[in-house]
Amino acid sequence: MTSASPLTLNAAPPDQASPQRSAFADLSQETLALTRRLFLQLARRPSTLVAGVLQPLIWLVLFGALFAKAPEGLLPDGMSYGRFLGAGVIVFTAFSAALNAGLPVMFDREFGFLNRLLVAPLRSRSSIVLASVLYITSLSLIQSLAIMVTAALLGYGWPGGAGLLLVLVTLLLLVFAVTALSLGLAFALPGHIELIAVIFVANLPLLFASTALAPISFMPTWLGWLAALNPLTFAIEPIRAAYAGTFSLQAVVLEAPYGDLTGLTCLGILAALALGLFLLIRPVLDRKLS
Amino acid sequence: MIQLDQISKAYGPVTALDGLSLRVPAGSLYGLLGPNGAGKTSALRILCTLLAPDSGGVQVAGLDALQQPRQVRERLGYVAQDVAIDKILTGREMLRLQGALYHLATPHLRQRIEQLIQLLGMESWVDRRCGTYSGGMRRRLDLASGLLHQPSVLVLDEPTVGLDIESRAVIWQVLRQLRDAGTTVLLSSHYLEEIDALADRLAILDGGRVIAEGSPSELKRALGGDRVTLRVREFSDETESARVQQVLQGCPGVRQVVVNRAQGHSLNLVVDGEAVIETLRQQLNQAQLPVFSLSQSRPSLDDVYLQATGRTLMDAELEVVGVRDPKAERKQAMR
Repeated sequence: MTSASPLTLNAAPPDQASPQRSAFADLSQETLALTRRLFLQLARRPSTLVAGVLQPLIWLVLFGALFAKAPEGLLPDGMSYGRFLGAGVIVFTAFSAALNAGLPVMFDREFGFLNRLLVAPLRSRSSIVLASVLYITSLSLIQSLAIMVTAALLGYGWPGGAGLLLVLVTLLLLVFAVTALSLGLAFALPGHIELIAVIFVANLPLLFASTALAPISFMPTWLGWLAALNPLTFAIEPIRAAYAGTFSLQAVVLEAPYGDLTGLTCLGILAALALGLFLLIRPVLDRKLS
Repeated sequence: MIQLDQISKAYGPVTALDGLSLRVPAGSLYGLLGPNGAGKTSALRILCTLLAPDSGGVQVAGLDALQQPRQVRERLGYVAQDVAIDKILTGREMLRLQGALYHLATPHLRQRIEQLIQLLGMESWVDRRCGTYSGGMRRRLDLASGLLHQPSVLVLDEPTVGLDIESRAVIWQVLRQLRDAGTTVLLSSHYLEEIDALADRLAILDGGRVIAEGSPSELKRALGGDRVTLRVREFSDETESARVQQVLQGCPGVRQVVVNRAQGHSLNLVVDGEAVIETLRQQLNQAQLPVFSLSQSRPSLDDVYLQATGRTLMDAELEVVGVRDPKAERKQAMR
């Protein structure tokens, strides 16, 4: 072993170790470091990323083919089934990715990595949550964009200009809401088995009980009601409208059993949902991170 | 430097700490000795602000750890088994992450990481992923993480359990160097030899309380007497041992005779001094008893533990083996 310089071993007063810095500098340093860790994991184990694109891709190709010969004029505005399906699969991609947001947090709890973060003098422990949100938001947007490009290559269209911006805003709001839910579950449930079970049970039924695969007009009344209350529908319909190219925020995008909804209303509902869920999970996070 | 006052902590019906009080002087290397389940880990977790006590006070470096946990965390390094490393990252990446969590400035952090890599002999493997590390490598990386921010208090929970000899030697040497440079080091262990070799002072924990406290030599001296282990045959039966016990019990200078069932009914004696050995041999001769082996030693920390609790550290370890519930313990450590 080499001999150590005295500097190495002497204790330093905390002020010297970290000179007077603003809370913001500390907060961004710890948040960026935690986010960087999640991306390093992703880069070295890209299977999550690949699977997250592959699954919706299979949906897109198989379901698109399944109904390729549907009679013309079956869907509103003479839309082809592939075009109709595109918006649904894009939303499903972002939704699935965000639903998994809690998994890394749960593993950190179980393996004790969270304890490492909790003995550190973090400026605010919300940086742990913030890093997860940053990571999962980027991941789900990357995956959704990959699906959008594939859908375009399959001839299912591409939202131009303002339409693209609107697609991204809609996805972002949905991702925030679902991420909040998943993170809340990751802190509330006892282990990863339970979390995976909840994700597994929630995933497909929410897809089927939405307007991703078929319009409300195809559904029996009870299912139509479910679909018209499903948050996925509030994300799918504005995106579908954006793809149709006639998008205006005031235009009606969803004819629900309880009334017509404009694009703006759908976005408003998603924003309220995201905000509400973050407020709802706050007490859980505060308790577990205090 | 560290002060615990009347700390109590229960997990449901199980009492982990029962009015534990401890004072660790600044700049000392302090040992916490006790069998598994004595409350060592709970005490350290409370000290490191990971766990809130049910009652009692905690002070670290003059700060109230319950009121100012963040300030305490800045001054404290914690090396523990319940603090995991990320298997996907390399050791160096782990250290960088750790440095950012302690808000070290990048140039300083880079320099600091180089120093610690050198100090702990991690050059050849620090850029490999942590998932490939042996227990000793992980522990050295943990120690480096704990030292990055130059804490004035370093707390280690069983730092050398199951380690290879080289890693253990490196860790021991660094702990001594740290103490010499003025850092207060508190480590827990259930290895008597480790505490005996390292610690300036120690507290023996049992049932969530301190049952003895002092420097190793103080504690042993206070106990007094020499220890004698006697076997009249390699393996005696109960009757023979009982007879030997009877013969020796009354001897002048013999304080205590105990039959050790776990070790072939050998006899453990506490005697006043070396002179008594000759008396013992004469007595055995007269009673026409053979002597297979007879060894004598100064009191050890194990004897200190035995005196205070009525059982050896080894027996206490064995007692809890069947009773412990690893699943419940993982739950305790989980947030």
